[in-house]
Parts: sequence; C-alpha cells; structure tokens
Amino acid sequence: MVETRGLSLPAARSWALPLRPVTALRAAIILGLGVIWQAISASGWLYRDVVPSLLTIGSALYAILSDPTFYFHLGTTAYEIAIAMVIGGLSGLAVGLLLGGSRLLSRAYEAYLYYLGPCPKIIFFPIMIMWFGVGPGSKVAMGAISCFFPVALNIAGGMREIDKVLIRVGRSFRANTWQMVTKIYLPAMRHPVINGVRLGLGVALIGTLLAETKLSNRGIGFLVIQAYSIFNMPQMYALLIILFVIAIGANALIGQLGGLDDIKAS
Amino acid sequence: MTASGAKDRFLPAALGIGSLFFFVALLELLIRVGIINRFIVPMPSDIIAAFPRVVIEEHVLQRFLLTAGEAFSASILVAIVGVAGGVVLHRYHLLRLATETWVAAIAAAPLVLMYPLYLVIFGRSALTIVMMGFTAGLAPVILKTLEGLLATRRVLINVGKSFNLTRSQQFWKILFPAALPTIFVGLRLGLIFALINIVGVEFLINFGGLGQLINELAERYDLAGTYAAICFVILVSIGVFLFTERLERWLRPVD
Repeated sequence: MVETRGLSLPAARSWALPLRPVTALRAAIILGLGVIWQAISASGWLYRDVVPSLLTIGSALYAILSDPTFYFHLGTTAYEIAIAMVIGGLSGLAVGLLLGGSRLLSRAYEAYLYYLGPCPKIIFFPIMIMWFGVGPGSKVAMGAISCFFPVALNIAGGMREIDKVLIRVGRSFRANTWQMVTKIYLPAMRHPVINGVRLGLGVALIGTLLAETKLSNRGIGFLVIQAYSIFNMPQMYALLIILFVIAIGANALIGQLGGLDDIKAS
Repeated sequence: MTASGAKDRFLPAALGIGSLFFFVALLELLIRVGIINRFIVPMPSDIIAAFPRVVIEEHVLQRFLLTAGEAFSASILVAIVGVAGGVVLHRYHLLRLATETWVAAIAAAPLVLMYPLYLVIFGRSALTIVMMGFTAGLAPVILKTLEGLLATRRVLINVGKSFNLTRSQQFWKILFPAALPTIFVGLRLGLIFALINIVGVEFLINFGGLGQLINELAERYDLAGTYAAICFVILVSIGVFLFTERLERWLRPVD
C-alpha cells in the first residue's frame, strides 16, 4: 500500500502540473478553430451554406433537440441498435465461448471470423434487405452482423487468457457448464467482454446508421440523408454533432463502467 | 513431422474447410428442395456460375483497380498526414497532453456517417471516397506513430545523446527506426479502415469500383451476381488483410 502510494504520488504531481496550460491550450485550439470556421463562413470561399456560421449550427442544434419528432427518430435508432446488440452480442458471446473453450474449434473456425471481421459489412445490406425487408429488421441485422465479430473474437481471446487455476477450481467443485460460464468464465474475463461490447457497440452503431442512410424512412441515419437531400447543411452538422457526442459518450461510458481505464492506468 | 503432429496440424484445417463445404452443400440441397426460397437466397452453384459473368461483363478488374487506386491515394494521404501528426504530437509535449484524448475520441467516432457532408463538399466523385477513406484511417496512424515514438528505449536515446546527435539526426537515426514497426501497425490499421470505408461509401453513393458493383447488381435484382460480387469483395478484403499482416510480421522484430 505504502509502495503504491509512493509510486502514485509523482505520477499525480506530473499530471497535476501541466493541467492549467493544457486546459488553456485546449481552450485556445477550440477558440482558434471556431474563429477559422466563422471566418470561412463569412468569407464565402466555399459554396454558399456549405460552411454555415456557428450561430446557425447552434440554432439548428437547438431546433432539433426541442423537436419531439427527433426523439421518435432517436428512439427508433436506439431500439434498432439495442436489438442488434442483444442479437449480435449474445451470438458473439456464445461463439466466443465455444471457440475460446476448445482448441480444436478455435483452430478450425476462428481464422474465418478473424479474416471476415475487417470486411466492410455494409456490402451485406442488399442481402439483409432481401432476407428481412426494408423495415427495421434489415437495420437490426446490419447492426447485429457488425457487432458479432468484435464480441466473438474478444471473448474467444479473453477466454484463452483465463487463469487455468480458476478453471481447475470450478471443475474441482464439479460445476456444470452453465455454472462454469456464469461463475468462472464471464467474471474472469470481464475486461475482454466489456472491450468486445464497446467495440461491438461502435460498429453496430455504424452498421445500423449507414443502413438507415441507404434505405429507411425513420431513424437518425434517415434524418442525416434527408438533410443532405434538401441541402439543409446546418441541420446536417447539428445531427452529426449529436451523433458523435452520443457515440463517443457511449464508448467512454462503457469503458469506464468496465474499468478499462484502470487497465490502461496500471 | 510425427503422425500426431501432422494430425494436430491438419485436422482443424480439414474440419474448417469440411464444415464450409458441408454448409454450402446443405444450402444447395435446402434451396433445391424448396425449403429455402431461391428468389431470396440463390443456389451456391448459381453463385459460382455467376463469377465468370460478373468478372467479364461487369469489368471487375477495372473496378478493382479503381477501388485499389482510391485506397492507395487515401493510404498515401493517411501515411503522410498521420505520421507527421504523430511526430508533431511527440515533439510538442503540451500539444500531446491537450489533444491526444481528442484524437482517440475521433478514432472511436462513427466518421463514415460524414459521407453526406463530404458529398456536399467534394461532390459525387472519387475525391469524396478518397477523403472519406483518409478521414477514417487518420486517427489510428497518428496514435500508433505517437505510441511507437514514445516507446523508444531510453538507452537508445541516451546513445544518440552521447554521440552529440542533432535533433534531426536523433529523429532519423534513433527515434524513427525504433518506432517503425509500431508505425506500420498504425499504417496497416489505417489502410484497413480506409478500405472498409472506401468500399462502403462506393456502395452507399453508388459510385466508383467494387462497392458500386454490388449496389448495381442488387438494384438489377441479379441475385447470383450480387452474391458473387459480395464474395469477390470479401476475398479482396481478406487478400489485403493477409498481405498487410505478412508485411507487418516481416517488419516486426522477433520478440
């Protein structure tokens, strides 16, 4: 404990010292970017309305956030992503546990997941439309496919990292498969699971929203492409800001809840 | 090689390939007997038969070269700007403290959703696709370059100092070579991100190479052709992934 304190103090001091200059620099960068943006907007160098003023974007942001229909679209997208996460996450969990628990299965099938993982999933959208229709089903399917790969690969990798002693303890207590999964495997690989969910959420969000931009009449993706089609640039910027805040916030929140920041710090 | 060693090596591969063939054969059978609707899922034999047609009639080679050219252009931009960005952040400590978390946040953001914005700015052209690939691939290169430079062993830097190397010599003779394997990991990630986004945006805006091919075939309701084109894109993605993986292993020193 004393050693830990002794180690943590200088680290805390080194981070505490540059706090003010860092904050000042951040404020300066944001201010500088704002001024540049405003100058470009006022200069008319780019096509009219492509770079609207910050005030216009702020007004659009306020208008969107105070419009009840926005929350209907947000709810639709959130619902699709949630269902996609459940389907993709649970199937990824099951496959990850199977592959992580068996050397033979891992060596037989994991390479397929590993190499299919980085493929652009949006190319499967025409198939998903044929299978699940043009409604929310195809968007959910896109999100689920996107989410499946990072979850499965992280869990398979995490399971192989589990301390063998824990597994032997579980077996010595004659735990059945369900008990092994819930009492040993999942608690022991909390970090890979959370990391998989975090990555899965990111790609499920992208998959679902891209599918909405391609073919949909509801959802945030639909709003973005609608703003493009009527050339409502302030609305498009405002929607993108909202999307990025939600995506980055959710990513950070899952990371914090799962204690991923603790791993980085240690 | 012992018999058990050979068995241990080839059994998983045989099981994987065997399962794939079994799945394809089962699918063919289920479609033929009418359990799966052939107007939703085409027969695997039809998909295989569609390959030569798609390759010849749809000019797959030209499309592939177009996508590869876009990916190459985006990768060059990503490499130049990303590595330079990482070097600048390494050079200016305060700037790194102020912006590293921002770059990490950008890496986690769904940047591809900016494609309608890029359509407005750059028009429905290859430039939109290249810029989208560039945007998607930039953050990992910056972060990995920074990581590689920061991870340079202290002893190497001290050796440089003992030889009274200038700042430029210190960078080119010590820091950059030491960070190169990690920088390449970033470049590989950047290339993969760029490629995913390039094919995705081609599909979404129906313009360009392989992504557009899938969209066109799907709009014509050419089922077998659509599936064949998707298989082709998957094969290309796997090929690029394998190639960059090999290259990375070659560059990385043995741990």
